[in-house]
Amino acid sequence: MIRLEVKKRLHGTSGDFVLEVKLEVKEGDFLVVFGPSGSGKTTLLRMIAGLEKPDEGYIEVKGKVWFDSQKGINLPPQKRDVGFVFQDYALFPNMSVFENIAFGMKRKDKDKIMELLRMAGMEHLAHRNPTSLSGGQKQRVALLRALAREPSILLLDEPLSALDYQMAQVLREEIKNFHKNYGITTIMVSHNKEDAFKLANQVVYLLEGKVLAKGTPKEVLFSRKSSPKFSLSAILLEKTYTDVVCVLTLAIGSELVQVVVDKDTADDLSVGDTVLVSTKAFVPIVRKIHSPHLKT
Amino acid sequence: MSEFIVPLWLTLKLSFWTTLILLIIGIPLSYYLAYTKHRINALLEAVISLPLVLPPTVLGFYLLLLFNKKGFLGYLWYKLFGKQLVFHFEGIVLASVIYSMPMMIHPLTAGFRSVPKNLIEASWTLGKSKLETLLRVILPNMKASILTGLVLSFAHTVGEFGVVLMVGGSIEGETKVVSIAIYDAVEKIDYSTAHMYAFILLSFSLFALLSLYILNRRWSIS
Repeated sequence: MIRLEVKKRLHGTSGDFVLEVKLEVKEGDFLVVFGPSGSGKTTLLRMIAGLEKPDEGYIEVKGKVWFDSQKGINLPPQKRDVGFVFQDYALFPNMSVFENIAFGMKRKDKDKIMELLRMAGMEHLAHRNPTSLSGGQKQRVALLRALAREPSILLLDEPLSALDYQMAQVLREEIKNFHKNYGITTIMVSHNKEDAFKLANQVVYLLEGKVLAKGTPKEVLFSRKSSPKFSLSAILLEKTYTDVVCVLTLAIGSELVQVVVDKDTADDLSVGDTVLVSTKAFVPIVRKIHSPHLKT
Repeated sequence: MSEFIVPLWLTLKLSFWTTLILLIIGIPLSYYLAYTKHRINALLEAVISLPLVLPPTVLGFYLLLLFNKKGFLGYLWYKLFGKQLVFHFEGIVLASVIYSMPMMIHPLTAGFRSVPKNLIEASWTLGKSKLETLLRVILPNMKASILTGLVLSFAHTVGEFGVVLMVGGSIEGETKVVSIAIYDAVEKIDYSTAHMYAFILLSFSLFALLSLYILNRRWSIS
């Protein structure tokens, strides 16, 4: 059981704001803290790990107080018993894959390391240097390294965002399986709805430091608060003017889409702009029923 | 012949001790400079870099004042060891440590700053103390900077002249290092000795720097 209530003033790109979060995570839960970048998600995770200090509040994990501003308690990261997986892996380049995993173990256990590697299908890479691995393999090693410690909580900071879509899919499944097998209480930070939907049993939606919604993935992801309308951000690749309209070629994620807009709208846009593509819940369809202009 | 070897041996001894002492004080000092943000750090860095811009005679002059029997450090040393600092080997080692300090501190500080912050944080979250993190994560990942510091300090000490002359004079077997022996030989119009010493110093320095650049290149590629 994790109980926390923290407050910290942050300097964001769009001005200062206060990160203010109150959370309870039950034993064995998989919580995804979801929200756009710059909303304070990573800071929250770093505060739990002890890498950053809240201005005030408390953090309690499994009945042990890790941080309490009133009592002046602030355990260093070394004493917090977390497994932390960084967005950019943070594998030690001076150690082999095997040594990386062994590094953080409380009791060195060669068999356990090999078993973990086997589960991830990476036995044959045990003695390779991590710099020679692919992104997906690196993140797997980082995950195994965190798991090998058998931590009280597992903290994942955008672990899939540096991977391509297919690799992310595979690894997401693996994270899910690891969680099922080991049951370690997990908090994952992500700006990706798919992570929240597929992995979490609890989701917190964070925006500019405030918890906007909290609940099961469905409650949060499909609520009006987090998704006021169907909208996608896209990058404008090309404008093609025809007689009356303009056809925009847009990149939405890795997909290409063509959208028709009127010329005035197109004139305001230039290639390379980031645009928001949105549509109302329904589009009125206009069909001619009757025409007063009689053909002669 | 043995007379010819003495200054060479002395130069090697001086450079060895200077480099060793610099490494021992350089690691904690550079660690502090790289990872803390105090106002005093700017002053500290400026003081450490002074030998780069001061004429060695200026530095040597102040060290002479500090090291002689009436100077603060010289007095203390005399009371402790019953020996003067000036005109002795220990004196020129201490002077060299100060003189070559930037050659060690600058690469090490840059090295500490070059180690990605998240490697250090990862080590902390894996339960490792700051000392263990330093020894097992930070230092092994800045090998090139350590090597640069070692080679530059060593070579710089081999090549020093003014400070040693001011503090140590030119005492055979005690403070007369190769660079001073060259000066002495030229003064005595003994060009053949000067030639030999000069050529040895030139080849050594070139060799040291060349191997440094080759190794650094190899490490930065891998």
